[in-house]
Amino acid sequence: MRISLFITCYNDTLFPETGKAVVCVLERLGHTVEFRKEQTCCGQMHWNTGYLKEAVPIIRHFVDVYRDAELVVAPSSSCVSMMRDHYLKAAEMVGDAKLAADVEALLPRVYEFTELLVKKLGVEDVGATFPHKVTLHTSCHSQRSLHLGDIPVRLLNKVRALELLPIENPQECCGFGGTFSIKNADVSSAMLAEKVRTVLNTRAEVCTAVDNSCLMHIYGSLHRQRTLVRTAHIAEILASTGGMQ
Amino acid sequence: MNAPYGSHWADRSFPEAAKELLADSQVRRNVRHATDVIQAKRNRVVGELPDWEALREAGSAIRAHALEHLDEYLVEFERNCTRAGGTVHWARNAAEANRIILELIQLHEAKEVIKIKTMTSEEIGLNRNLEANGIRPHETDLAELIVQLGHDKPSHFVVPALHKNRQQVREIFQREMHLPELGDKPEDLCAAARTYLREKYLRIKVAVSGANFLVAENGAVCIVESEGNGRMCLTLPDVLISLVGIEKVIPRFRDLEVFLQTLPRSATGERMNPYNSIWTGVHETDGPKEFHVVLLDNGRSPILSDAESRQTLKCIRCAACLNVCPVYHQTGGHAYESVYPGPIGAILTPQLHSMDRGRTLPYASSLCGACYEVCPVKINIPEVLIHLRGKVVEQDQRTLGGKLGVWNIGMQAAGFVMGSAGRFTLAQHMGHLAQKLFVSKSGFIERLPFMLSGWTQTRDLKALPAQSFRDWWAHRELNGSTKNGAAREDRDGQ
Amino acid sequence: MASESDARTAILSSIRGALRVSAEREPNARETEYAAVSREYKQSSTKSTEELLELFTHRLAEYDSGVMRVAPAQIPDAIAELLRARGRASIAIPEGLPAEWLPAGFQFVQASALDAHQLDKLDGVLTGCTVAIAETGSVVLQNAPSQGPRKLSLVPDYHLCIVFALQIVETVPECFTRLDATSNLPTTFFSGPSATADIEMTRIKGVHGPRFLDVLIVAE
Ligand code: SF4
Repeated sequence: MRISLFITCYNDTLFPETGKAVVCVLERLGHTVEFRKEQTCCGQMHWNTGYLKEAVPIIRHFVDVYRDAELVVAPSSSCVSMMRDHYLKAAEMVGDAKLAADVEALLPRVYEFTELLVKKLGVEDVGATFPHKVTLHTSCHSQRSLHLGDIPVRLLNKVRALELLPIENPQECCGFGGTFSIKNADVSSAMLAEKVRTVLNTRAEVCTAVDNSCLMHIYGSLHRQRTLVRTAHIAEILASTGGMQ
Repeated sequence: MNAPYGSHWADRSFPEAAKELLADSQVRRNVRHATDVIQAKRNRVVGELPDWEALREAGSAIRAHALEHLDEYLVEFERNCTRAGGTVHWARNAAEANRIILELIQLHEAKEVIKIKTMTSEEIGLNRNLEANGIRPHETDLAELIVQLGHDKPSHFVVPALHKNRQQVREIFQREMHLPELGDKPEDLCAAARTYLREKYLRIKVAVSGANFLVAENGAVCIVESEGNGRMCLTLPDVLISLVGIEKVIPRFRDLEVFLQTLPRSATGERMNPYNSIWTGVHETDGPKEFHVVLLDNGRSPILSDAESRQTLKCIRCAACLNVCPVYHQTGGHAYESVYPGPIGAILTPQLHSMDRGRTLPYASSLCGACYEVCPVKINIPEVLIHLRGKVVEQDQRTLGGKLGVWNIGMQAAGFVMGSAGRFTLAQHMGHLAQKLFVSKSGFIERLPFMLSGWTQTRDLKALPAQSFRDWWAHRELNGSTKNGAAREDRDGQ
Repeated sequence: MASESDARTAILSSIRGALRVSAEREPNARETEYAAVSREYKQSSTKSTEELLELFTHRLAEYDSGVMRVAPAQIPDAIAELLRARGRASIAIPEGLPAEWLPAGFQFVQASALDAHQLDKLDGVLTGCTVAIAETGSVVLQNAPSQGPRKLSLVPDYHLCIVFALQIVETVPECFTRLDATSNLPTTFFSGPSATADIEMTRIKGVHGPRFLDVLIVAE
């Protein structure tokens, strides 16, 4: 299948490895990956911060870029949830029936990366090997908006040599929340401290998730504390055929 | 006329108030313990109902329907309550409600009243107003008693004193009840409260309550509780005054079959509260001889005009959203500077005050969605939070200061950048240059200026990598590499 | 009060303004909408009487309430046994409680004329009930014969309640079906003895209501 990668603005800028990993996995499974250079952002940062009308042109741009795509994949549950939970509402807010129709036509073809693998492509074993102890942070959007359930766990369970360690309160937010982490830095830090404590308690070497936003946050503290625990987007684990890159 | 009459909450910003509470590790421990316990019980009893989602759906639909016909149902309630011997009063705001209640109490020449936990009374500052007029209110709910005797404020609406542990409660009781020998076992503390209050139940002739539900169909009022203090106040005095928000009305008696399942399970994790009381008006042989309902608006009716956030008024005050909220876990209730804390408070408080109080509250959430998931009437709190953020931004953009504020300028700039891939790519390259100022030897950003400094107080920030994904892709296409092998090689080469 | 009727008018018109509706709406629309509320939750029971009794007994025990099951003919003996075990001698009873239930050797006091102070001096109260809910372990009392006014089951420190098997339903909705006809009577649901968890979330029995509760289930 021809799959169009929506890398998302922060992965593009901060986590190119994740994008490369998605390309690697999908190509390994025999699919063709395309990258549309006109892409920018899903509009979530504006929308969630209350800049609602400012988000609309970004949404329009996204829809224009992918209008004719066969399938779109994004390695970010939070961006996909932005689309599913808010795009229609945004179109309705500005009374743009055309945009609403476009959104409705496009969104059924947009998938989060792990969701695409399991639900659309029907694959659980992607041929990965990752000889490490790993724990999974269940990001908020992946569970409460996309309802991914055990999809990430099913994929990780099929990775050779990987040991998946359970984490306490997996469903609790890491405290990132986009601009929340800046506007309410103290509360966000307190939430993060709790999350990091549970990560460290697992004795895992790597903490993974389907969202780099949470991982960037978690790693921010792990690194500040000079721990050796690392973070890696699930795509990077699924792309791996050996050790840690 | 929606002035927060008698409100004794300051209006500090949430981050400011939260900072103070975050420093109080005792409060945080107490809050965490209490919310963990309720949450675990809640999950157990909710999990055993296979029809839980259907109950939420029905509860949500009934409440939404009641709000859409609120005027009709209130009039119907008034008619039926009056027919059953009750008297219905209407109060536009806190001042009017205070005046009505005070006059009723004075009419009966009462110098003391007994009270059942009611948030509306806290909302209108009733106790302080009564005291100022020489009337002594006695809170009878154990937690409210702790708050009252401790000259404190409630921090949760089901367990208002959950920020206090047993030693702290003992100190308060020892001092205020003159019981120097009192132990700190919860049983001892309860026994002390029982003795302290029983004499009052048998003596005091006027009681003030709130209500959980008003039933339009027959004018019934429903109150759920645990301790029996509510039943004492509802049945022993001669006069009962119930102060109730106008949104609390439900169409029919049978609708209670939904809420009496979802409310106790959500609120305390019990299958049913120890006590539910339902009554209509006045009964010759049973309960008070006079019954008054004061219907309070105080900023509620304007909330109905906004179809997006109207759902806020569906709330049945179970506090499940507080117990599950990771922000509330850290700060407890006082950081919200309102009688309504937690996620529901974050949307209700600013709306009750037409968005000129509690303006930082819509931002007091990471939008994790846990509140929506547990809400027994399916209030999509994250959605309303974003909607209210939109209102705050719009308000700000109407002022020059707001227009020139860092957030607005930053967001406008980011919006401009995201409008085209060319500008976005350029911005990535510029970011690369700019970050040279901040990146430490370890390759991380450990200190940032201005509003971004909050991030780096406790967290390092990953520096921008040498090459963005789109640059890598362009490079890859240029080299004509295709398919699997290439991608892997390239990765391994990193 | 003039200003109160102003307030009434102002609140109602503020609500109508906010909802963008007029006072004279088609009342049928409301009824149709109400009827459309989806009620896919469980409304009836699939359990046998025996299963219901078992579930109810189990729930009551979880609340720390005493439970005993007897045949109709054994009611007086069972009451005597329970009262003796609890050491209670003076017991308030409501009007309409069948005299043949009452065992000899105790002081049963007709409560209709008693005020709260007098009730407070008695050892306990004996009542029947209107309906009981197995799933939640709740008993519903109304101001009706053999149950009496609300304060009766509230002020005394001990409550012995008699529940017939036929009065037990499984779910809350079934309970409301039975209550619908008498929904105007003062009604109390109780589920176990009075309790609080306000101090460190520890459940403590008996704050202001009866601290001790026994339920006598009567079944053939
Ligand atoms: S918003 Fe929902 S969860 Fe929160 S208190 Fe209200 S009803 Fe309960």
